[in-house]
Amino acid sequence: MNKYMDRNRSLGEFVHGEDDDIIICRCEEITKGEIRRAVHEGMMTMTEVKRYLRAGMGLCQGNTCGKLIKGIIARELEISASQIEECTARGPARPVEINVLGNEVESNE
Amino acid sequence: MSKNADVIIIGSGIIGNSIAYHLVQQGLKVMVLERDNIGDGASSRNGAGVRLSGRVSPESDLAEDAVRNYWPTLSEELGLDLEYERRGGLNLAFTNAHKSGLEKALKKSHAAGVNAEIISGDEARKICPHVSEIVTNALWCPDDGVANPMLATLGYYRMAKKMGVHYITGEDVISIKKFRGRARQVITSRGNVYEADKIILAAGFNSRRIAETVGLHLPFLKRIDECIITEPMPKMFSERITTADGNLYLHQTKHGSFIIGGNTNLERYEKNYDAKPQNTTVAAADKARLAMKYIPALAEAKIVRQWAGWLDSCVDRLPILQENPEVPGLVLACGFSGHGFAIAPSVGKVVSEIALGQEPHIDVSALSYDRFKAKGVGTIESV
Repeated sequence: MNKYMDRNRSLGEFVHGEDDDIIICRCEEITKGEIRRAVHEGMMTMTEVKRYLRAGMGLCQGNTCGKLIKGIIARELEISASQIEECTARGPARPVEINVLGNEVESNE
Repeated sequence: MSKNADVIIIGSGIIGNSIAYHLVQQGLKVMVLERDNIGDGASSRNGAGVRLSGRVSPESDLAEDAVRNYWPTLSEELGLDLEYERRGGLNLAFTNAHKSGLEKALKKSHAAGVNAEIISGDEARKICPHVSEIVTNALWCPDDGVANPMLATLGYYRMAKKMGVHYITGEDVISIKKFRGRARQVITSRGNVYEADKIILAAGFNSRRIAETVGLHLPFLKRIDECIITEPMPKMFSERITTADGNLYLHQTKHGSFIIGGNTNLERYEKNYDAKPQNTTVAAADKARLAMKYIPALAEAKIVRQWAGWLDSCVDRLPILQENPEVPGLVLACGFSGHGFAIAPSVGKVVSEIALGQEPHIDVSALSYDRFKAKGVGTIESV
């Protein structure tokens, strides 16, 4: 179960930051500004940001950007990053071709 | 913070969010209580099909309403690209048993007034050149489509919230309490007590545990649903592919990834409320083999992710949509059995009408809680 969160709490006006154009999720090319804006639009957990923007859904599955995204969300919500739950880790650990995944053969025994 | 509202909705899946969105437009004070993230159940672990075909009445009436009157304009309405596209669905067959399955599906589609026809394998390959040579027949449903279930769920949430719906997450509802015979209070594991005139239960499988606290027994189990996702690829084809045996469905998303799912016939059924939806060891390999069999060109595609989620599988695979006569004030909107995503826009409207005491614009009286009858009900002669 997640931490209690009243989604109506005000985060104040969205103010454009100087470094908002920095790309945070390199696989899906999502910028810091897009993540910050998503939090202001109500996506207040890492899982929701991932589903909303695809940040962390690319080839690296968030291995590169996960920590950065966590920090950005925490700052926007003005809470400690340790209070933010990470996304579910999903297999496979590395991309695997369909013909490798499906190459089990039936035993003749 | 006020813990009172006109309506409290338990569950922030696409069903709960769509209901909230329709109710707030009527000027009501609406609260949504969610245990986990927004839309953590079958709304985000979802095969993304928006199909008209293969449904029975009155679910088919809800699908018809959703596809004709809501989906085409929903992105504009919610201010978010939900990636809805009417692409056509090909249900593939290569054995006689499959073909009789197609004929049954065709009858079902025509009974529901859905546009569908059985075509040859070659005609199917004309529509989608990647379909394997083994395919001998297909059911073509031009009105079937796809959309992005995560964005649709969050799009409803974002708009409902903007319009004044009060969302609280991390609130695990443990019981509903009646006063003077009416459902009135919602109690959470933190000991918080919320009050409303109407309580809407849209919590997927967990609706069963919550309903038990007011003496209602919902005949659901939770069933695992698993998919594998490829890396983004150049556009191959737009049709949504399914198979007559129900063991495979796939399509290429707007983003370029293929989403591949379907039955393994070794699905886990659970009644343990807290069981986590973990991938089984068989599903990914099974989906990979079937995908190659029907669409050989996918053999080299790389799988980047797999997921698993629970469906609230009702005994007759249909939802319950009703203000319960045994517990006035409690509206049930659960048991969607994996068919809820596509019909959510229409369901939201219907359930909002039920909650307001209006006649629903679609007759859903067949989806009442009291439709479940033991076999021995009636006279001895009728058994």
